[in-house]
Amino acid sequence: MFELIGVPPQALFGQLLLGLINGAFYALLSLGLAVIFGLMNVINFTHGAQYMMGAFCAWMLLTFAGIPYWGALVLAPIIIGISGIVIERLFISRLYHLDHLYGLLLTFGLALIFEGLFRRQFGSSGLPYTNPIPGGTNLGFMFLPWYRAWVVAFSLTVCFATWFMIEKTQLGSYLRAATERPDLVQAFGINVPRMITLTYGFGVGLAALAGVLAAPIYSVNPVMGSNLIVVVFAVVVIGGMGSILGSILTGFGLGVVEGLTKVFYPEASNTVIFIIMAIVLMLRPQGLFGKPK
Amino acid sequence: MPIVRNWSMNVFAVLVVLALAAPLVVYPVFLMNVLCFALFACAFNLLIGYVGLLSFGHAMFFGFAAYVSGYAVKGWGWDPLLGILVGTVVAAAMGLVAGAIAIRRQGIYFAMVTLALSQMVFFFCLQAKFTGGEDGIQAIPRRPLLGLIDIRNDFVLYYFVLLIFCAGFLIIYRTIHSPFGQVLKAIRENEARAISLGYAVDQFKLIAFVLSAALAGLAGATKAIVFQLASLTDVTWQMSGEVVLMTLVGGMGTVFGPIVGAAIIVSMQNYLSGFGEWVLVIQGVIFVTMVLLFRRGIVGEMIALANRRWTAKRRQDELTIREVRPAE
Repeated sequence: MFELIGVPPQALFGQLLLGLINGAFYALLSLGLAVIFGLMNVINFTHGAQYMMGAFCAWMLLTFAGIPYWGALVLAPIIIGISGIVIERLFISRLYHLDHLYGLLLTFGLALIFEGLFRRQFGSSGLPYTNPIPGGTNLGFMFLPWYRAWVVAFSLTVCFATWFMIEKTQLGSYLRAATERPDLVQAFGINVPRMITLTYGFGVGLAALAGVLAAPIYSVNPVMGSNLIVVVFAVVVIGGMGSILGSILTGFGLGVVEGLTKVFYPEASNTVIFIIMAIVLMLRPQGLFGKPK
Repeated sequence: MPIVRNWSMNVFAVLVVLALAAPLVVYPVFLMNVLCFALFACAFNLLIGYVGLLSFGHAMFFGFAAYVSGYAVKGWGWDPLLGILVGTVVAAAMGLVAGAIAIRRQGIYFAMVTLALSQMVFFFCLQAKFTGGEDGIQAIPRRPLLGLIDIRNDFVLYYFVLLIFCAGFLIIYRTIHSPFGQVLKAIRENEARAISLGYAVDQFKLIAFVLSAALAGLAGATKAIVFQLASLTDVTWQMSGEVVLMTLVGGMGTVFGPIVGAAIIVSMQNYLSGFGEWVLVIQGVIFVTMVLLFRRGIVGEMIALANRRWTAKRRQDELTIREVRPAE
């Protein structure tokens, strides 16, 4: 067995793959956060809980309705997305005229409610979810499980599709216009409040999708979202919420950096993203892809 | 608002008298818990209420100062007073670093940055040797204060904690009502205008942040001495959320709101401690209700009500005078 910079390649590439997978979740979640923030100026603190609910939704679909993974991949984001639409209409829409901090506090409260309810119902230990594509292939320098390859490929596709929709289609141009000047867009006869509601549903759906993807890798458990969301916030601060492509790149990039830190200096693997955030804030406060204001 | 000012000093005097008598009726350890959290919430309120900065990571100062003072007293055998002091100083130093990083972004980003920084401190505490990892620092001895005063007695310790609380509260009160505090409020209301008037806004924010961090540290360090325990719970982001909740319930930007909020939330946790996860759900429901219906908080709503009464009464008086005058 040869070694690369003093580390066996199995460990190195294994961690790189794990980093890419975490990066895929960071990218999907920060993408959703960025889309929601762009239009509503609300930081959706419930995002982590909605990711967790996506995973639970997949688990429940399988356990109670016998719907397999592939069905859940479509159904769970829709179900959780619709629940997001209800939340937006019932609660968040009442706060648009106020300071944005209230949106943060409200969604934080909602996150506590959801996490508490799921912990109450399912306990804090995880529930297993069967891997839908078991097995893998040996690439010579590492073993590649099929499911992990699928997660990376699929989330890249979803991220790209979202980018395409926002940057290249007519619907996306409405969305970008409404981000800049909602009043003008409304004056052109586009129903901006409905667009906001649907955008929130879409962002939440992305979070739920990430949850379904995560279910077979990590066990499905009520606290899976709250730990992740803080890291995703740091990712969002590093990338800056100005650009869609920026969120995707930062998400994947930081996942890889985290994976590499696990190989070379494991003690810092939990904190490396926060340290990068502090450095980026000192050098470029608006974030790597943010626009200076 | 000179009337409100005199009025609030009177309220404070009444509260102090009540607090002096309180341990005769209420369990002193519970009261000390309330006082520590009240000071913590007052420190947090200095930022959100008077500078308009929402810090979502104040637990890093509270919890880390607890570790430092706990270690100083247990590991190095220091006097508790020195232990609390060193905890406060370390929290202030952390506030300087965290503040310098966080004030580079405004509004919602500020909240996310402070949250991320506190999560970093959490992981540090989880891995560092001196914090005892998952166990925390347990059985911190209650050494005699200055080698003289025996604080193993809960009643004696209570009055010591009350003294610390009053000192912290008065520092915050003085800050809010000083020219410095006026500038802070100007920044809260309109940052661009404060800059155009020539104020070094970032310096003001940083000083306020350091002061708030130091007082949060003072609260945490005191709590470690009271409960003889410094643990990971106090550094989690849930703890940061709790102090936000206390301040929100009592009233952001009111002098007494955080005290009322802390008393309510601590009592609730005490009362509901047997219900496990429901506490989380109830806290969430309170958050949502306060944000949607009572954004001013309990004390804030009371002041608003009193103001409405007062202006209504004054208008009534003016009307009567106007009616009387022509007859004269």
